[in-house]
Amino acid sequence: MATVVLKQVRKSFGELEIIKGVDLEVRDHEFVVFVGPSGCGKSTLLRLIAGLEDITSGELSIDGRVVNDVPPAQRGIAMVFQSYALYPHMTVAENMAFGLKLAREDRATIRQKVAEAARILQLEPLLERKPKELSGGQRQRVAIGRAIVRKPKVFLFDEPLSNLDAALRVQMRIEIARLHHELDATMIYVTHDQVEAMTLADKIVVLNAGRVEQVGSPLELYHHPQNLFVAGFIGSPKMNFLATRVTAVEAGRAHVALPGGGSVAVPVRAEGLAADAAVTLGVRPEHLVAGPADGTVPARVFVVERLGGGTYVYARTEGEAMIVVEVDGDSPVQVGDRIDIGVPAEACHLFDADGNALPRNRRHPLAQPDRTHASTAP
Amino acid sequence: MRHAKSDRIALSVLGWTVALVMFFPIFWMVLTGFKTEAEAVATPPSLIFTPTLDNYADVQNRADYLKFAFNSVFVSLGSTLLALAFAIPASYAMAFFPTWRTKNTLVWMLSTKMLPPVGVLVPIYLLFRDTGLLDTRIGLTLVYGLINLPIVVWMLYTFFKEVPRDILEAARVDGARPADEIRHLLVPLSLPGIASTALLAIILSWNEAFWSLNLTASKAAPLTAFIASFSSPQGLFWAKLSAASTLAVAPILIFGWMSQRQLVRGLTFGAVK
Repeated sequence: MATVVLKQVRKSFGELEIIKGVDLEVRDHEFVVFVGPSGCGKSTLLRLIAGLEDITSGELSIDGRVVNDVPPAQRGIAMVFQSYALYPHMTVAENMAFGLKLAREDRATIRQKVAEAARILQLEPLLERKPKELSGGQRQRVAIGRAIVRKPKVFLFDEPLSNLDAALRVQMRIEIARLHHELDATMIYVTHDQVEAMTLADKIVVLNAGRVEQVGSPLELYHHPQNLFVAGFIGSPKMNFLATRVTAVEAGRAHVALPGGGSVAVPVRAEGLAADAAVTLGVRPEHLVAGPADGTVPARVFVVERLGGGTYVYARTEGEAMIVVEVDGDSPVQVGDRIDIGVPAEACHLFDADGNALPRNRRHPLAQPDRTHASTAP
Repeated sequence: MRHAKSDRIALSVLGWTVALVMFFPIFWMVLTGFKTEAEAVATPPSLIFTPTLDNYADVQNRADYLKFAFNSVFVSLGSTLLALAFAIPASYAMAFFPTWRTKNTLVWMLSTKMLPPVGVLVPIYLLFRDTGLLDTRIGLTLVYGLINLPIVVWMLYTFFKEVPRDILEAARVDGARPADEIRHLLVPLSLPGIASTALLAIILSWNEAFWSLNLTASKAAPLTAFIASFSSPQGLFWAKLSAASTLAVAPILIFGWMSQRQLVRGLTFGAVK
């Protein structure tokens, strides 16, 4: 079993508190991604789990055993660093064998374990090379190989793809996903790239300034963000936020004003919401439509980004708020056009004055609270 | 940068002039060692003369060169090893686990080099006398090790800081204790830096002429005392002194020549990034 449990974990550097009381549970075989903006503490949290930093207060357990004071090598973890951190004066084979050598394993075992890791990552032709003779992607695989060889309970990845170019990043992302299936291991992955988070994770932990904002499956965070921060962080381009007021409240519906005079009835549990309350309406660019819908916002286009497969239209509403719509790749929209942006009620999110989301009436069918991961282990 | 040809010639001439001026005393010393005493003090001084090996014979008769040379080698190497033994762990701690006190400690260590040695001559002499360390190789090794320690620590500190921290962290995750980190990673990765530091320390110890003259008499006297013994208040001695000096300086000159690339790299490392 390879579970990780954090209970009220806090970390301070002197006076400055970086991690402010995190409770988290990582289940066996789960791929958990810590995501958040720079400085949110995700790397620090990973290093606390690894044992490279001391926990100021709180409890960390790996496999049911409290490991606050256990050195990194005895926690059953292996880490892949952002800069790969390969030993420059050793060959690839020696890099992978280093930990085993320190543990005084015999030569035959070491050779066999290194060979197996090399096979999984297709490193066999590179075993006698030194790191400086390898490309970025190859170095990354060696770093992963070094981790695999230790047969850890939990793999820790600290922004492993940040130093790679875009094409290589996509390729390595697929590699890591494949690895997760083949090894069936528990993996904790830190990234600031929410695309990596969405595509790789069983469960995403969104962090902001040392606190956990929300934990959930990728689609749960996409369809049911619990606050403005998560809603704005997940999804690219960012969700559109319009500051507006409630015009009327019904059971299961809140009517809000739209810029330009229209309104839309958002299907959320609106009890407790006062009429005329200040709220934020959120709609994702990919859910808005060109042309009238449940609610309509007239706007004037000022930037058009054509990607071929789709087009992002940036427009300004009458209140000078910016709104982004994703339309068809062949759309004839031009800069300066006046368009009507349709707001489908079902796609709307509503956030109260504190930034918290009002619960939506209908749960998205794909947004299960926790994606159950079928384990292939015996 | 492309210089005009005339600039290059001018720079070459300047470079050669400076080099010759700096080298001239050594050249003259070697030359004088092959002259007779009369020729050595003749004015005007002569460049052409009949060389003689009498001075070298006299020097070897009067004093046992090999004994002094052995002492120099022992003390230089010994003090360097001693300094490295303390400096490597110290610099490791300061480079990778700095606290708010680290910078102050480093500056304070360097400040001890600003003290004129003669200021502490009497206390150290008395300490050595009372502990029986006077005129011992061990005593001199100890003093030289301590004198060079600030420089060795500083140089190793700057070299160690060049080693990326996450390589050591990766080793820690692999199960390395601090001793393993130093042995398997830090030392191999900063070997050129350690080598140039060691070379510098050896040279500084070899040339050190204050403590060696004051703390040794006959048993532990290194080559610096050997040279000094040839300067006598009466009689002609320049030629013999030159011969003795040549013998004393030759080993370290050859050593420095062979390792010049390492030395230059070590000394200019921090300056050019």
